[in-house]
Amino acid sequence: MDVLALTQKFPQTQNLAGQDMTTFAVNSTELADIVKYLRDEQSFDLLADLCGMDWKDRTPQFGVVIHLLSTKNREYVRLHAPCVDDTVPTISDIHPGANWHEREAYDMFGIKFVGHPDPRRILMWEAYPYHPLRKDFPLAGIEVPFPAADVAAVTGQTVEPAPMMGGPFVSSGGLMSGAEPQALDQSWNEEKPKS
Amino acid sequence: MVKSDFGYNSKIEGEVIVTRADAVVNWVRSHSVWPMPMGLACCAIELMAAGGSRFDISRFGMEVMRFSPRQADCMIVSGTVTYKMAEVVRRIYDQMAEPKWVVAMGACASSGGMYRSYATLQGVDNIVPVDIYISGCPPRPEALLDGMMLLQEKIRQEGGSLKRTFRGRTVDTKIVS
Repeated sequence: MDVLALTQKFPQTQNLAGQDMTTFAVNSTELADIVKYLRDEQSFDLLADLCGMDWKDRTPQFGVVIHLLSTKNREYVRLHAPCVDDTVPTISDIHPGANWHEREAYDMFGIKFVGHPDPRRILMWEAYPYHPLRKDFPLAGIEVPFPAADVAAVTGQTVEPAPMMGGPFVSSGGLMSGAEPQALDQSWNEEKPKS
Repeated sequence: MVKSDFGYNSKIEGEVIVTRADAVVNWVRSHSVWPMPMGLACCAIELMAAGGSRFDISRFGMEVMRFSPRQADCMIVSGTVTYKMAEVVRRIYDQMAEPKWVVAMGACASSGGMYRSYATLQGVDNIVPVDIYISGCPPRPEALLDGMMLLQEKIRQEGGSLKRTFRGRTVDTKIVS
């Protein structure tokens, strides 16, 4: 791809040292223009992926990563776009395949895509109050009312935190370890109750 | 068939079989369990395999998979029940006519399985009464057949089949629409 042409056309774009593919940090206000430019001028015609990211203690905390593929030149490009007030412009009008990806990023991270035609949740139910893939959300979940009030009235069921039994379970032997995944806290388990 | 269920002497009674109403009703019910395949994950693939010729669930009168709850007797919950889907599972259960049974097939339906997370219901018995739990992740078709034979045994032992109450509940249960 033509890196120089992109950085000259969009001066705020910064070429990062991507390990596996050409990577740019882009200004999210220009995101839609850059994606459109890459599609029309540099033949990046296929949206491979769009996902959210949570940096926890950085500002801005949230961002969007977009992977584009050029089916003509057989190469990928990656765009990092940090959010402004948890929002980024939608690219679903440029790549229609981004529609559900953006809904998922909204559902899981709470990133709002300005101009999205159908900004609903896609995985959790509509009334769910949290965004579960955020770093500050516990894996086990937080107790909230059951999705259907009439079913909850009959069954008495709520959405309750899952029993973790000392988990989450991780493979503690380092990268590519063959060790069995186990709970970080091994001081209690099913046979030996928590003291 | 339990031997004491029937009293038959061909010399005395001709072509008449004497039995109890419960025994004959339960016999009919246990051999015509029409399942409602609540296939939600990989367990459903094993459920389909049980319907194929190699394992052949029709040997037990259960091959009539009904995708309408109105025509089904036994809901086989095969797979991971998320909280979003739990509502649907309960509504389908409510739409099934009495008498009805529920089989929790596999680890996920029985207990949430390996999905200890915010999205997964930790066992379908939290929202519907379960008759048979089948272990496995996923269970092989033989395990499903074993569970269904166990369910047949359970059906045969039920009493008061013709009363308006069924297992302690009145048949006219309040339907969640």
